Amino acid sequence: MATKASKAAARLMISPAVLLLLGWMIAPLALTLYFSFLRYNLIMPGDNLFVGWENYYWFLTDPSFKAAMINTLVLVGGVLCVTVLGGIGFALLLEKPMFGQGIIRIMVIAPFFVMPTVSALIWKNMFMNPVNGIFGQIASGLGFAPIDFFGQFPLLSIIFIVSWQWLPFATLILLTALQSLDQEQLEAAEMDGASWLNRFRFIMLPHLARAITVVILIQTIFLLSTFAEILVTTNGGPGTATTNLTYLVYVSSLLQFDVGMGSAGGVIAIILANIVAIFLMRMIGKNLDA
Amino acid sequence: MARSVSTRSKVLNTAVAGTLGFLMVFPILWILILSLKTEEDAIRAPLEVLFNSGWTFDSYGAVQARSDYFKHFFNSVIISVGSTFLGLMIAIPAAWAMAFVPGKRTKDVLMWMLSTKMLPPVGVLVPIYLIFRDTGLLDSRLGLTLVLMLINMPIIIWMLYTYFREIPGEILEAARMDGASLRSEILYVLTPMAVPGIASTVLLNIILAWNEAFWTLNLTAAKAAPLTAFIASYSSPEGLFYAKLSAASIMAIAPILILGWFSQKQLVRGLTFGAVK
Amino acid sequence: MSLKKVLMMSMTGFGLTVASFASAEEITIATVNNNDMIVMQELAPRWEKLTGNTINWVVLEENVLRQRTTQDIATNGGSFDIMFIGAYEAPIWGKNGWLTSLNDFGDDADYDLEDIFQLVRNGLSADGNLYAVPLYSETSFTFYRTDLFEKAGIAAPTEQPTYTEFMEMAAKLHDPENGIYGTCQRGKAGWGENMAFVGTLANAFGARWFDENWQPQLGSAEWNNAITYYVELMTKYGPPGATANGHNENRALFKDGKCATWIDATSAANDIRNPANSKVADVTDFFQAPKQETDKGTGWFWSWALAIPASSTKADTAKDFLKWATSKEYFQMVGETKGWVAVPSGTRASIHEDPRLLEAAPFAETIKNAIFSVDPADPTRDPVPYTGVQFVAIPEFQGIGNYVGQQVSAALAGQQTVEQALANSQQFAVREMTKAGYIK
Repeated sequence: MATKASKAAARLMISPAVLLLLGWMIAPLALTLYFSFLRYNLIMPGDNLFVGWENYYWFLTDPSFKAAMINTLVLVGGVLCVTVLGGIGFALLLEKPMFGQGIIRIMVIAPFFVMPTVSALIWKNMFMNPVNGIFGQIASGLGFAPIDFFGQFPLLSIIFIVSWQWLPFATLILLTALQSLDQEQLEAAEMDGASWLNRFRFIMLPHLARAITVVILIQTIFLLSTFAEILVTTNGGPGTATTNLTYLVYVSSLLQFDVGMGSAGGVIAIILANIVAIFLMRMIGKNLDA
Repeated sequence: MARSVSTRSKVLNTAVAGTLGFLMVFPILWILILSLKTEEDAIRAPLEVLFNSGWTFDSYGAVQARSDYFKHFFNSVIISVGSTFLGLMIAIPAAWAMAFVPGKRTKDVLMWMLSTKMLPPVGVLVPIYLIFRDTGLLDSRLGLTLVLMLINMPIIIWMLYTYFREIPGEILEAARMDGASLRSEILYVLTPMAVPGIASTVLLNIILAWNEAFWTLNLTAAKAAPLTAFIASYSSPEGLFYAKLSAASIMAIAPILILGWFSQKQLVRGLTFGAVK
Repeated sequence: MSLKKVLMMSMTGFGLTVASFASAEEITIATVNNNDMIVMQELAPRWEKLTGNTINWVVLEENVLRQRTTQDIATNGGSFDIMFIGAYEAPIWGKNGWLTSLNDFGDDADYDLEDIFQLVRNGLSADGNLYAVPLYSETSFTFYRTDLFEKAGIAAPTEQPTYTEFMEMAAKLHDPENGIYGTCQRGKAGWGENMAFVGTLANAFGARWFDENWQPQLGSAEWNNAITYYVELMTKYGPPGATANGHNENRALFKDGKCATWIDATSAANDIRNPANSKVADVTDFFQAPKQETDKGTGWFWSWALAIPASSTKADTAKDFLKWATSKEYFQMVGETKGWVAVPSGTRASIHEDPRLLEAAPFAETIKNAIFSVDPADPTRDPVPYTGVQFVAIPEFQGIGNYVGQQVSAALAGQQTVEQALANSQQFAVREMTKAGYIK
């Protein structure tokens, strides 16, 4: 159906978006690349000498780098696990008939509307603060020692907060997918005596596969650059326990103001993100066509 | 519904889902309660807060006295709505073209667009800051609108693309047979059919733009600062501050929560990202 | 009237309105959310009324403020006309040519620059030029609860105690069942947070950041003793969650009556002793920060000051505000509207002699003397090549200080040993100093 004319028109219509995004990607990227080869510290003005790979050397041999890589993977993986599993659970539950469905749904998805800074502040102060937070007060009230969440379980606490924010998103997408499931097929299976577990495994789960990939893809994009939650709660610590790659780049370029090294870190982060991206794209690309 | 559902199982479902839903929303409810307490009451034991203390709007007054809420609110509205609609104007044609005139590399282009979202913002802040300084976009609503439009554009395009693909091509063919131009095809045939999809896209992007806290904080000072900057001054306590922090938080998230409340149905139906066939 | 004349007149009229419009300017101030700054923000409308100018306030938390202002001033961004900066930034930024010199304040007899303590002015100057004017200055001393000391049968020290004695006190005072912790100290990582306290503690134990040749000394036995002491003190007698507590968090805890002792900024005293803000106003008193191997550098020196970036195009209006906000009249205004107990300390000699202050805040004299006992030029037992008590006045220090702060907080959280934390810190400091070319 596509004629030559319509193809040209199509190209014309895509081009603004492509050009803008290309500009948005290339301009800062080129500057970042350029800076990454300079000795460029904001608080030490002077000649920004060309230093070759030095910044990359310093960033890669930074003792925090390995920790940051691991933390990034654990954070993204942990949140994905919680939200996908929890999201499936919530979607199955919310799809069932109940009273006040609208109200209950809005309660479940409400955290998605809360800005990350605010949600981190709420959890840090009103809940996880061992002295005045609710958890601490309840523990003290029952005679237990309050748990110091950000001291004892820093990364787990962050995973918890981030999951709270993203669980609604996963639930929404999975719920939408579940609603499109053919009810008659399910009923037929039920008549045939298939147990709930089998119906879930052989009918619902395959139907949800695409939705799950979408959840994983979109959340990974956002989770790789998790930042506000860490900045507000733990500042990447104690030690490097909650320093992810994004936060490490932040430390170099905006706390030490070493733009050269921060840029080198940025380039490395971009490369790693793109490796993850390619991997994900392959996965989702296959799934989207199917 | 084909099956009749017993009231008993309906009650059970309601109880379980209600409890879980309550747990999810509890933090928000809790700060709503704390925001209506005095600072001294706000740090008392939970039961005391609930049953043994008065109510007051003082914290809202104190927060407003610190920095003008409405100025920040107005900035947030302009930036999030502006970036979404600007983004739509560029994304609709692009998504249309990808959906109806797919080329060999359409999928690659789409995936590449998504991958630009993986750029860690902290890594490119300094370059962007320098560019903004030189173009006079620092601390301007226009600058922020452009940045947010760009960072959300891949998501917009992808969402629209998936909606458009679900629209049967025959209808467009028919319109074309009737002599509709490309412009009127998009305007009068495609857009109305895609309204639910576009509406969901708009909603999601307003939410994302409203909550974006890195660029909005780092590229603004006073004039263009939205609500994310408004909340930034509360991120470390000064004395007793739970009530004030709660009030400021409620003020920052209320508009988007209300929007979410009213558009709940739209979101539940619309967020498919092509995951539904 | 000819058309030309009309045009000319309307042009002049237009010119006049432009001129009068230009004289009423809008300035942007980046400020931190500390008590005294919030008071300034509340009083500032008076200046606006007086001059017709308007102020945009950008209120940020300390770490965010530091990042935003540094980023803006270093890139010559020009987003702010006035910034709150500290004693660490003022000389470094001044030397870089990023700040407008305020030497001409000395010519203004009404302003009386000489009235501002010499020590403080020195801290905010570089190469003989003044780059910032202080709102308040501080050192550190020990806040303690007189009621709890009495109950535990401890006599408050009259001489400077040692840290060993201090731990014994904390042990007797610690009563977590009743929500009282023996001591609250900073645990939140950051060179301006935990390292401010840890820095003075390390000084007391005889440690130093660098030797005369800029070799990092974090692996020394002195550092080890200091951090071991710190971790023991905090895990045994501190509040839970101490790794999240910075100055403001501890201040909130102390005001709420949860801490028996707290070694921190003297500038918090007026807030703690202000019955309007604090539950423990009547039962708090002060003694010197403890010593150990030496009494050198046991109290820090800091001041929060106002400065004008060189990139500001409204320097004259900004200067006018600076003069107003650090004038004698301003401090009197705070005294009259907020009570004399709330007047910021450590800035002007005349204010410290004001009988109204001495009556409302009898501790003001103690604070003044404590500030005067600090010597940033001679902060440690062993000789060092740097100035600064709790910080080292070189640009590289922020990065090193933050890293060491993180390592110390990890040791406090029990995630690694003190030895490991200090070994990592030493390695990092050597890296950074090598990178910057101080050492080979």
